[in-house]
Amino acid sequence: MYDTIIIGAGMSGLAAGIRLANYQKQVCILERHTTIGGLNSFYRMHRRNFDVGLHALTNFTPRGTKRGPLAKLLRQLRFRWEDFDLAPQVGSQIAFPGVTLRFSNDAKLLREEIALAFPDQIDRYDRMVAALVDYDDLSQNDFETSARAFLGDHLTDPLLIEMILCPLMWYGNAREDDMDFGQLCIMFRSIFLEGFARPFQGVRLILKHLVRRFRELGGQLKLRSGVSRIEVQGQRVIGVTLEDGTQLEAKRVLSSAGVVETMRLCGASSGNTLPEPGELSFIESISVLDRQPKDLGCDRTIVFYNDSEKFHWKRPRTELCDLRTGVICSPNNYDYGTERGELEDGYIRITTLADHAGWESLSPTDYQVAKLDWYDRSIASAVRFVPDFRRHVIATDVFTPKTIRRFTSHDHGAVYGAPRKRLDGTTHLENLFLCGTDQGFVGIVGAIVSGISIANQHCLRESGG
Amino acid sequence: MTPAEIRDEILDILSEIAPDEDLSNLEDAKSFREQMELDSMDFLDIVMELRKRHRVQIPEEEYPRLASMASTVEYLEPKMRDLVKST
Repeated sequence: MYDTIIIGAGMSGLAAGIRLANYQKQVCILERHTTIGGLNSFYRMHRRNFDVGLHALTNFTPRGTKRGPLAKLLRQLRFRWEDFDLAPQVGSQIAFPGVTLRFSNDAKLLREEIALAFPDQIDRYDRMVAALVDYDDLSQNDFETSARAFLGDHLTDPLLIEMILCPLMWYGNAREDDMDFGQLCIMFRSIFLEGFARPFQGVRLILKHLVRRFRELGGQLKLRSGVSRIEVQGQRVIGVTLEDGTQLEAKRVLSSAGVVETMRLCGASSGNTLPEPGELSFIESISVLDRQPKDLGCDRTIVFYNDSEKFHWKRPRTELCDLRTGVICSPNNYDYGTERGELEDGYIRITTLADHAGWESLSPTDYQVAKLDWYDRSIASAVRFVPDFRRHVIATDVFTPKTIRRFTSHDHGAVYGAPRKRLDGTTHLENLFLCGTDQGFVGIVGAIVSGISIANQHCLRESGG
Repeated sequence: MTPAEIRDEILDILSEIAPDEDLSNLEDAKSFREQMELDSMDFLDIVMELRKRHRVQIPEEEYPRLASMASTVEYLEPKMRDLVKST
């Protein structure tokens, strides 16, 4: 009998596991896939290492910072800041037609850029930032009010509103068109007031630390162990049944599988009982270059582009992808320092909004053709905003919503989960809890904090053992 | 454990929970939060460490008793007087 069974060995599941194992709870993490990491996993292809989700760790703060999500998670998991080997970004930008706003890990840069490009908005921008900074993400008040309405209350230039929303939605918003006000505050702080960083080795370093710590503390991790059913008796979970028929008992279950996926595992059938699933997924077009991207003039860490004054954030419905906007990321463009040196190869990754339903419906041949086609089209769209690197591409890879769904088991290959979040992590059953993207915190730091918070709230504080 | 030993143990727990805080000038009468960057998660860890190390149980409604070093030692003294300090 386990104290807690955790479904999913992604960032949130592993973090929750560490918290529980540290306090001597009997914990078992069950992962369907052959490896850990979930939406932020890693893979190897043709002798090169690739990250699945990582463009950047957001919420980056320098060593010694005591506040903020990164400092919090390091304390809670008993890691040192050095353990994650984080190199800060070189600098990023938001690129719309005719206007570019640069930003970096120094919040002053974005403010200066806005003062130059939108001088009549700068006082309003300052007041808006003051209001955002005050938002208490623990109290969860007003979480679901409209971000667009809040921005409209403070700023009067629609283009500036669209430019601010672009990176915040990309990193990430689970809703179409508008965003939860609470999520806006969290993302604004994590991207514009804190910043981006990346471990030289990529996400695998973080995962290695998490899994090692979990095991050292006595936690059990079972890979290739997908859950086929959560066993329910009345209002309580009593355990799970694995796909191979093995039955495990637990006092509570913490699931990072997603709210809809978890409800289905409990036997809730579709129709009025299931929540709305996430709709937003992407393709990622990865290009390996024969030199460092900056040698070609691609010297920004992340470029968020949009090809008109209005930013559209929806699942594409008439085409497989929406090329009007995208994220252009170069993992090379971080300050790794002279000791670490440069990444061996040059990489440019382009993320494009994709229609999960369209991609899933393709025949196997059409699917392969579509990957090649949309790789070409995504790059062609992106090189309107960064120097054209296409002559220097020596290898490519593309993953789609179908790939994401296959390896994470998240419905629709949703990257940011369902639109309505379960901020307190509770479900209709008294000992079944949620963490991860559907609890509400997204990204690497977000997911880790989610696992920690929900484990603390619901799986540690109880009387007795 | 004597009050002095309990105090040492709390300092030890604090140095594990918040290794980046300077504990050398901690004032016993002032609240922890006034002197360090501690939030509710850190307080939960103080409680969890006491349970893990000494099997001391602290009900949630009594967490506010742990506000300062002085109040913490006073609160824990009856619960920990019969325990032996490990070396």
